[in-house]
Amino acid sequence: MFGTAVIVFREVLEAAVLIGIVAAATRSIPGRNRWLAAGLMAGLGGAGLVAASADAIGSLASGIGQELFNALVLGVAVLMLAWHNIWMASHGAELAAGARAVGSAIRDGKRECSVLMVVVGLAVLREGSETVLFVYGIAASEASGTPSLLTGGLVGLLLGVSVGYAIYAGLLRIPLRWFFAATGVLVLLLAAGMASQAARYLIQADLLPSLAAPLWDTSNALPESSIPGMLLHSLIGYDARPSGMQMIFYMTALVLIASGMKLANRSVAALRRDQ
Amino acid sequence: MKTAAKDFPRSLGFAYIMLILLAPIQVLGADGEYSLVIQEHRFQPAELTIPAGKKVKLLIENRDATPEEFESHALNREKVIPGKSSASIFIGPLKPGRYPFVGEFNEKTAKGVIIVQ
Repeated sequence: MFGTAVIVFREVLEAAVLIGIVAAATRSIPGRNRWLAAGLMAGLGGAGLVAASADAIGSLASGIGQELFNALVLGVAVLMLAWHNIWMASHGAELAAGARAVGSAIRDGKRECSVLMVVVGLAVLREGSETVLFVYGIAASEASGTPSLLTGGLVGLLLGVSVGYAIYAGLLRIPLRWFFAATGVLVLLLAAGMASQAARYLIQADLLPSLAAPLWDTSNALPESSIPGMLLHSLIGYDARPSGMQMIFYMTALVLIASGMKLANRSVAALRRDQ
Repeated sequence: MKTAAKDFPRSLGFAYIMLILLAPIQVLGADGEYSLVIQEHRFQPAELTIPAGKKVKLLIENRDATPEEFESHALNREKVIPGKSSASIFIGPLKPGRYPFVGEFNEKTAKGVIIVQ
């Protein structure tokens, strides 16, 4: 039962951390709960579909379909998170201050929320499909311990969701002055971590060279299977043995999104001066 | 300034597409293929020796009816292998050493190690 709880926890954690951060980052946007719930439901449905067609996806593109699929899902999520952060850099502060007309805030908020709905949906889809396959394996094996294994799965699910909620609640306690900077940095690191994961899948499929691999090895000091390692992996994309190519993807995403945020912020400031 | 900010997501996407398109040019084919079989939630063989400094292709056949996830933190690889199907994973080039792997869905029995010499 314990082993099952750990596996499900690991799968759920990444999606839960992302939802916690996204939910906090969008707290000032009207109607965001409905959008997040819609993303969650779509993701769960998608997870079932992906799990059911795991065979078909895996055999696509002469056996590297699974890697391509994961890299694509991660890539889209990175772009959406980038868009969110750049949008927030230009609109977030105004939204929070309530300075804009309610109508336009809702209209802009809708587009923003639909982007985040996709991000949440994709995260749930990716992590959820593996959980579905795992639980299906337990249920199908007809072993005597099945009920206790499923209980373990439920425990893992609850633990993962609790961590996501703890992150959300913790973020809400940050004073408003630093709130957008804090969530912005978290989303930025989240996106960079996903870019690095996408690179890892492309290396595994032999579509990219690994370059220097591993670039470093901190698996003794901070193993990825430990709780802090898992958390850091979900939060900032920590990898105990990353390849050079993963680092390139990580840094590229980090620098591009950060410069985008800076540009957006500056153009808003310039616009305000003109008015 | 305003248009630069607007065009930004597009240039970001473009940069990624260029990275993905250009990088495979340097990729050389794998130096060898090695087979693993999953049966009754165990890997056969449980030890596999591969040469150091070379990229190799692992062909993993899952003969069980249930899915399995090949996972190795040491190799930095993970891949779900559905029941009654095969999957391939590229690993290396690696330094000499022992690289353990597990079937994450049945970690108690599905264990193995890749020995790089």
